[in-house]
Amino acid sequence: MELAIGIILGCCALGAGMAMIAGIGPGIGEGNAVAKACEAIGRQPECKGTVTTTMLMGCAIAETTGLYALVIAILLIFVAPNMLVDILVETIKNFPMA
Amino acid sequence: MSKTTLRFKLLDIFYVVMMIVPIVFGIVLQVLTKPASEGVSITGARIFFTLKMPIQDFPVTESQINSALVLVTLLFFCLYMTHGLTAHIKLRRQHFAELIVEKVDGLVNENMGEYFIGFSPFIIAIMALSALSSLLSLCGLFPPTSDINIVGGWAILVFVIITYYKMKCGLLNYFKGFAEPVALLAPINFISEFATPISMAFRHYGNVLSGTVISVLIGTALGGLSTMLLGWLPGFLADIPFLQVGIPAVLSIYFDVFSGCLQAFIFAMLTMMYVSGAFDIDTYKARKAKKLSKTK
Repeated sequence: MELAIGIILGCCALGAGMAMIAGIGPGIGEGNAVAKACEAIGRQPECKGTVTTTMLMGCAIAETTGLYALVIAILLIFVAPNMLVDILVETIKNFPMA
Repeated sequence: MSKTTLRFKLLDIFYVVMMIVPIVFGIVLQVLTKPASEGVSITGARIFFTLKMPIQDFPVTESQINSALVLVTLLFFCLYMTHGLTAHIKLRRQHFAELIVEKVDGLVNENMGEYFIGFSPFIIAIMALSALSSLLSLCGLFPPTSDINIVGGWAILVFVIITYYKMKCGLLNYFKGFAEPVALLAPINFISEFATPISMAFRHYGNVLSGTVISVLIGTALGGLSTMLLGWLPGFLADIPFLQVGIPAVLSIYFDVFSGCLQAFIFAMLTMMYVSGAFDIDTYKARKAKKLSKTK
């Protein structure tokens, strides 16, 4: 029983960590976006306002996939262990051999 | 003419007080009901009480109470700003109110076009609600935007508006839109239709929630670091976490103020873009002209 709960907790933590690998993508994407925005402002300083607004919009949209991963990681850390342990306890209780 | 009556002044004071009372009420409620906790504590919205409903029980949570408080604050803020509007400006606040209205009208006109200018009250409402809800965390309250239910509700509202404007060009056109560019892609188009509200809700919720989580983690880490580094101080000085003073506030500028306002702006911008993108004004006008010529 303890071993099973330990495996559940450990796997939840591992899963959360692995889910956050998705943070690499938005990082690279936003870096590209900001680099291009800097170039654009350097070329045309009078367009600073428009470029900044568009860049922030684009960054927010590029961030979405990373945030999906974050939500999954948070669910795995805070919600999943309780739920899975409850399911485990229920299953063992209803198991005819025990 | 410039003299204000006593009645006017009293109403002014009433509005200002009513703007502040909800926030104070929220803080008092938080202090009275929140159990003391040690160390890392990241909890969702606490449930105050549950209403009995026929299908499913309806829990009244912290986020609902807090968003109601935000609504009351915004209502009285608007009443205060529009109190004593005149054609010839004689109050300072009228300049500010007109500035806000003009800015939002300009933004909506720029992003959605002339036809959607009636949307500007909705856009500023959603922007103000979202920004103020996120900024509630500055008062130590639970920000309602870090609850998926609240943000999900806004996203569903936006989804309903988008679908309404898509159907306005004719139901047949709406269903034909799923078969673009080939009929084989219909299931994928159907999924992407529902991905819009989900991504909007998750984007806002994830940003605010991640800010809260990181703030709590850094606060706890600084507390531990300060016991480690400054534990040698004599007497009660060793128990005071000196490193927790001030440093989390710097991060709060980014995670609470900047991120909260930015997400409010982005939510409003995306609403504008999706709604104006869902509606083809030329098709609509052509259909209307056709209908008119038929009835004649």
